Amino acid sequence: MSEDLEFAFALVLSGASIGLMYSLIALGFVLVYKATDAINFAQGEFVMLAGMIVVSVLGFAGVPLVVAIIVVLAAMIGFGFGLERVVLRPLLGRPVVAVIMATIGIAAMLRGLGPITLGIETRALPLPIGDEPIVIGPASLPPIQVLGAVVAVVFFVAFSWFFKKSRMGVAMRAVADNQQVAQAMGINVERYFAIAWAMAGIVSAMGGIVWGSMLGVDVQLALVGLKVFPVVILGGLDSIGGALVGGLIIGVVESLAAGYLDPYVGGGTKDFAPYVLMILVLMVRPYGIFGRRQIERV
Amino acid sequence: MLAINNIEVVYDRVILVLKGVSIDVGEGAITTLLGANGAGKTTTLKAISGVLRGERGEVTKGTIQLADRRIDGMRAHEVTKLGLVQVFEGRRVFEHLTTEENLIAGGHVQKAGSAVKQGIELVYSYFPKLKERRHQLSGYLSGGEQQMLAIGRALMSKPKVVLLDEPSLGLAPMLVEEIFAIVGRLVKQEKLSVLLVEQNAAMALAVADHGYVMENGRIVLEGPADKLRNNSDIKEFYLGLNEGGARKSYHDTKHYKRRKRWLS
Repeated sequence: MSEDLEFAFALVLSGASIGLMYSLIALGFVLVYKATDAINFAQGEFVMLAGMIVVSVLGFAGVPLVVAIIVVLAAMIGFGFGLERVVLRPLLGRPVVAVIMATIGIAAMLRGLGPITLGIETRALPLPIGDEPIVIGPASLPPIQVLGAVVAVVFFVAFSWFFKKSRMGVAMRAVADNQQVAQAMGINVERYFAIAWAMAGIVSAMGGIVWGSMLGVDVQLALVGLKVFPVVILGGLDSIGGALVGGLIIGVVESLAAGYLDPYVGGGTKDFAPYVLMILVLMVRPYGIFGRRQIERV
Repeated sequence: MLAINNIEVVYDRVILVLKGVSIDVGEGAITTLLGANGAGKTTTLKAISGVLRGERGEVTKGTIQLADRRIDGMRAHEVTKLGLVQVFEGRRVFEHLTTEENLIAGGHVQKAGSAVKQGIELVYSYFPKLKERRHQLSGYLSGGEQQMLAIGRALMSKPKVVLLDEPSLGLAPMLVEEIFAIVGRLVKQEKLSVLLVEQNAAMALAVADHGYVMENGRIVLEGPADKLRNNSDIKEFYLGLNEGGARKSYHDTKHYKRRKRWLS
């Protein structure tokens, strides 16, 4: 392989692994949107919250990582249930904007709450996976990126199975399709809303662990949430597969932009390239690559 | 089986839609509810099934009893668990789910997975067309197939009472007959009690045992279906027949009466 190709391969590989980690967070967003039609602007803050819970628990001397992971999973599930019950259920049937504003408010609160309780310094979230880069062909990846990608793939397989094969998953899709009819079929719609938020909590907990470990835990961790929007717009707001593919594309585009364009403009293309792509997609396919179209029979 | 006793329904706390409606649905029989657009038929069904709440409607007076239990004020999914299910007007299948997934969702109240499987087989035995289309997205089924799916999906909860809202809407006459024939068989073989809302009065009165006529949120006429069929008002306004039973020609109706002029 020539040097140019090797460089491109390394960029694509690294972009894909980061992209899968974006997908993981986007998955939380998609789960909520699919089931409840709510647009969650606090997804990044969920991830930040999870990261903060992990470092706080690890802060007690002698607490093993496994315990911290169990605690954060439980805490985020509880957070999801609680949020649905306290904030979102009273807003049922209100205009979409009300829900959007509520999630923006929650995002602001969480961003403020972090520094108040934990201080402003960045905390490390060490995972026992070493620093030795993992060599794949001509390129190599930091182990945390490989771990993040693996976690993402595992979650995607699990959720795809859940929605396709389990009765609960099918019921959840029925709720997403038509709430009134779902209710009349004996499905407790509100319970499924709560489950969707709890699932977003689980995904955010895993996101918090891998992203927190990679970037360090502080308020800035919430910014990974910004990448959720190009990913889900590209893939389709309500498509799990779309979140996966959208994440991969955004990760690779970002990485290629950073590798090939940054040297000419002095950096920063990584942050805006995904949004350029997002706007282009909105013009051509407003419902995303896998987003669900209105079915029209003629 | 199902007794609706003098209910009033208010939308948005101010708009009185049903003004004291009483209906009795006999066990193992088809009871039909006729009426023009806006008479309150669908509202009656929604009040019974409990989905009214989500539309800011409320049963403010009267009672609804299923067997011996009061179900007014219960939430829709609880009512379905007790064995009463509504088939909505305009099919309303879960468009983005396949035919079979629609049935699985319909069987949500079943605890055992094996009961769901049995239910699916039962539905396919009544509606063989659905089996051919089992893996297709239901949004792309034909209108008749969607109506069959809507009825089949309702059967999945093993109901005792089914509320059928305009199953003939937008379907070819042949399909309507096919669907009504299947409904008739279901009532006999599965011991269902059906409350059927229809605009197609001729069809409804042909299959029903008992009928009610609704106007402006009130029941204005009630009786056994064969008596209603021979009622002169029903004939004229719902069946389009004249006194002799012949099809009414609209050429003969006067559009206005010549006004008597006293002056000039």
